[in-house]
Amino acid sequence: MTEVLDTSTPMGRPLKRKEDARLLHGQTNWTDNIQLPGTVHMAILRSPMAHAKITKLDVSGALDQPHVVAAYGAAELGDLNGAIPCVWPVTDDIQMPPFPALAVDKVRHVGDAVAVVLATDKTAAYDALEAIDVDYEPLPAVVDMEAALQPGAPLVHDGEGAPMSNECYTFPLPGTGIPYDEAKAKADVVVKRRFVNQRIIAGYMEPRAVVASPMGMSNEMTVWSATQIPHILRVLLSLVTGLPENALRVVAPDVGGGFGGKLQLYREEILAVQLARHLGRPVKWTETRSEDMVASHHGRDQIQDIEICATKDGKLLGLKVDLLADMGAYLQIITPGIPLLGMFMFPAIYKMESYDFNCVGVFTNKTPTDAIRGAGRPEATFAIERIMDELAAELNMDPMKLREMNWIQHEEFPYATIAGLTYDTGNYEAATAKAMDLFGYDELRAEQEARRASGDPVQLGLGISTFTEMCGLAPSRTLGALKYVAGGWEHCTIRALPTGKIELITGTSPHGQGHETAWSQIAASILGVEVEDIEVVHGDTGRAPYGMDTYGSRSLAVGGQAIKKAAERLVEKAKVIAAHQLECSVDDLEFVDGAFRVKGDPEKAQPLAAVAFEAFSAHNLPDGVEPTLQAEATVDPDDFSYPHGTHLCAIEVDTETGKSTIRKYVCVDDVGVQVNPLIVEGQVHGGLAQGIAQALYEGVEYDEDGNLLTASFADYLIPSAADLPSFVTGTTVTPSTTNPLGTKGVGEAGAIASTPAVINAIVDALRPMGVTDVLMPASPQNVWRAIEDAKGGAA
Amino acid sequence: MIPVAFDYTKVNTVDEAVAALVSGGEDAKIIAGGQSLMPVLRLRMAAPEVVIDISDVAEMQGVSDAGDAIVIGAGTTHHAVMNDPLVKTHAPLIAMTTETVADPQIRHRGTFGGALAHADPAGDLPAAAVALDAVMTVAGPDGRRDIPAKDFFVDYFTTSLEPEDILVSIRIPKLGEGWAYHYEKFNRTAQGWAIVGVAAAVKRQNGSIEAARIGLTNMGPGPVRATSVEAALAGAAASDDAIAAAAENATDGTRATSDLHAKADYREHLAKVLTKRAVAKAAGV
Ligand SMILES: Cc1cc2nc3c(=O)[nH]c(=O)nc-3n(C[C@H](O)[C@H](O)[C@H](O)COP(=O)(O)OP(=O)(O)OC[C@H]3O[C@@H](n4cnc5c(N)ncnc54)[C@H](O)[C@@H]3O)c2cc1C
Repeated sequence: MTEVLDTSTPMGRPLKRKEDARLLHGQTNWTDNIQLPGTVHMAILRSPMAHAKITKLDVSGALDQPHVVAAYGAAELGDLNGAIPCVWPVTDDIQMPPFPALAVDKVRHVGDAVAVVLATDKTAAYDALEAIDVDYEPLPAVVDMEAALQPGAPLVHDGEGAPMSNECYTFPLPGTGIPYDEAKAKADVVVKRRFVNQRIIAGYMEPRAVVASPMGMSNEMTVWSATQIPHILRVLLSLVTGLPENALRVVAPDVGGGFGGKLQLYREEILAVQLARHLGRPVKWTETRSEDMVASHHGRDQIQDIEICATKDGKLLGLKVDLLADMGAYLQIITPGIPLLGMFMFPAIYKMESYDFNCVGVFTNKTPTDAIRGAGRPEATFAIERIMDELAAELNMDPMKLREMNWIQHEEFPYATIAGLTYDTGNYEAATAKAMDLFGYDELRAEQEARRASGDPVQLGLGISTFTEMCGLAPSRTLGALKYVAGGWEHCTIRALPTGKIELITGTSPHGQGHETAWSQIAASILGVEVEDIEVVHGDTGRAPYGMDTYGSRSLAVGGQAIKKAAERLVEKAKVIAAHQLECSVDDLEFVDGAFRVKGDPEKAQPLAAVAFEAFSAHNLPDGVEPTLQAEATVDPDDFSYPHGTHLCAIEVDTETGKSTIRKYVCVDDVGVQVNPLIVEGQVHGGLAQGIAQALYEGVEYDEDGNLLTASFADYLIPSAADLPSFVTGTTVTPSTTNPLGTKGVGEAGAIASTPAVINAIVDALRPMGVTDVLMPASPQNVWRAIEDAKGGAA
Repeated sequence: MIPVAFDYTKVNTVDEAVAALVSGGEDAKIIAGGQSLMPVLRLRMAAPEVVIDISDVAEMQGVSDAGDAIVIGAGTTHHAVMNDPLVKTHAPLIAMTTETVADPQIRHRGTFGGALAHADPAGDLPAAAVALDAVMTVAGPDGRRDIPAKDFFVDYFTTSLEPEDILVSIRIPKLGEGWAYHYEKFNRTAQGWAIVGVAAAVKRQNGSIEAARIGLTNMGPGPVRATSVEAALAGAAASDDAIAAAAENATDGTRATSDLHAKADYREHLAKVLTKRAVAKAAGV
């Protein structure tokens, strides 16, 4: 199959990212680089205990330290002590205990904020923390979710209006399909497994930082934050602090990675704004990495009890999912909703007659959880792709064959799934065929056989993950039905400036994704201008009319539509002006290569830039046409889009040491129409690294008292390029039908798909030894223990 | 995090360094490459009042030939050590081991002497130093003295250096002809610390192993010389089976601990597997 590239416009071209030269040459504007006169630096005293009563807190000692301007505990802060709201109350009876910016009377996780010091010197602020006098009376901590649900377990929240158990909520999916018991009664084979999807940390390169300055225009408070969500942050900060929203400007300058970890309203942002207002001077805070590990939200952390049933020929009948989801000690903005984003995706690409889902959210004395790359969908994908392999083993079937038998055929789209979604488009057959070809599946299976036969201490395993995900968050009505407080639309304004340059203002807020390039490509293709002539303005509520920011692989799928619509509207308006200038009717004009031409008389033409100037001077505009050439669009998507792909992993497992080494990783992703294939590939690579990291390296560990053991990057392992194989990536293109660009999302794909491919490969390598699962991260020790346990079990 | 404020002084000679240590007393600390000290300061696990920078002390830089041994200046960076022709010729085990330390950036700053003086149980170089019977030359208020590697490493992060001592150089005896080497490091990420490491020097003669020297990393509070393995290998056949049998003794005299990456039983298992591999690779089996 030859793919013909339309080279007449920048759409679809693998352009290098235009933001990179600046990023790579250090000409960046990180929040921590912002230096305002009169700034005071904030440092936060954090709890060293997972659960304790604060029996004494005296901050006065800090006030005597050099350079210190102020110090507060919750008592001193009084009404300024804002609380973090949870904006996704998933059930009517959800328990939403208070989450004050500074802990009141009690601390509930290591890293909980106890007191705050402000000093004119950053290091002096940290030094002064040691002069704060605080006594704790330790309370028993609950760390394990199942223990937390036992009667008599210590309560994370037991104050007024707080729950009398550690259960945050129970969310059953209103039954879909036939009752699960009926499906099970028809089944020949039932496979039940418990999977643990461990806790992880986002691990962005740029730590969080915030600067709040009360010295903006007029009464405006300007907040710079290393955030993914400047627009949502403004709404939330206004609600929490009482500052009028129109007197708040939130800017996300250059942001160095987020992965969901910066999709948040953090207590430090509230404190910075409140104290800047109170003190009348800029307040700045940049976290240390050690703080980030305990104070920025974590992700995943689910115990998944999964049951699948099928006929003896391998036809799926039903799926039953029971989740325990760790909320941590408090609810951050969308903590409870994360597992529900996964709820829709457990049935994945498969057809079945019954689906049962139940999720219990649990409070524990650990850092709160919330979104991390994929948010709910990696958990779901992991569970279904793992259990498909277990079912295949039970049926003695090739795991790919089992998938083929059960997946939605390409001619069946749009397909209404058992979980209540309608998948737009897909072609699992095509992606799989391409991936199998690139992988050399049959040769690798033959090698696996040979190694098994010879008793090679290094065994080979093959892992499959045929995933789909819902992205492009999201139709506002759907979000409303799920009790999410906000909508999911996106905005774009495009201005053709009198000098012919284009200003594109987007409501999305990139933090490494390459929006400046991709958005320019979309607009340039419609406006017929050069990519370089477009300046993309983002991440600033003072410049963008409105926006819904960047997360959930939504920016292109939703924001891209707004760009397209705005650009088309701009051309429409320009055409009216051009027709007037060229003294012809609008219908006589065609728009080619950035100029309006009279059909059949190409000499008579007016470039867009000239129209822009006419619109600016306004000396000769048609009646009823307003000056200036700009257009805007706000788009609410009709539905999600569903990228998919086939990921194949070959792994060598050293059975003597337990060490797993990826030999080959192939993925063929279908993310719909690609605006820039180079960026797509980059997103896939980064996603794979993160997903593979969850499988093999990353994992938050607490001890039984709730102390974080993986508190630095020496213990919380993030792989580098040296630890990862050279990825083989390919794509197929099945355009989405839910947006006019035909795009889907790609930001999370690699992270969602890869984790089960890796674990399936390890289990496949070891299955003849009796291994049926291995705990993540599949560290050498965990793999070795799985082998030892299997040996013991066999004996 | 952010360290507690401290004074900084840079010295030019060993004598100046010792004098600075004497005047600073308990509150003074040497800084070489800073790759281990700075994390300790940043985590506020130590708060010296004065930090004495020895990176300009000429005597402590570079490698020299001392006839039956080579002498490595304590301040020589890992990068310089592993690329030094004398080290590569006469102490290839040191070069091989150093190549596995951290990553290139850290190897350009961290020093051989700093790594030994820091005595991290997971550090790679102490095992190679004990395997090769290195001798530490130390300067203190009473002059200089030599400490054999086996007496140098005392406990976790603890050496026999007194607070006013400075490690000046390390003598590595030349083993002569017929020896071959391997350092087998087991870690989870490319630049990670050793969960277990095995430094092996093996002398082969005809089809058998004449002598072997084995140092273990992270199998106790300090490096461990695997003397039982050495004894079992002496005169053994250079075969997989004989080596595997000898390696079964690798846990003798070890005191493996449990941490996040490995519980003691797993470390013990690894010590045997990795000893087998290190010896086999060194012996070319
Ligand atoms: C991310 C990371 C990964 C690492 N991975 C590894 C690894 O895989 N394997 C490994 O072996 N090491 C590793 N290291 C440590 C590295 O080898 C350090 O360079 C070494 O431990 C210390 O050397 P330094 O010169 O930086 O010492 P410094 O940090 O300057 O000093 C360390 C300690 O030794 C003392 N000291 C230094 N020089 C002398 C001297 N001449 N006399 C007396 N006392 C002295 C100091 O006072 C201090 O207490 C790693 C370090 C980092 C940061």
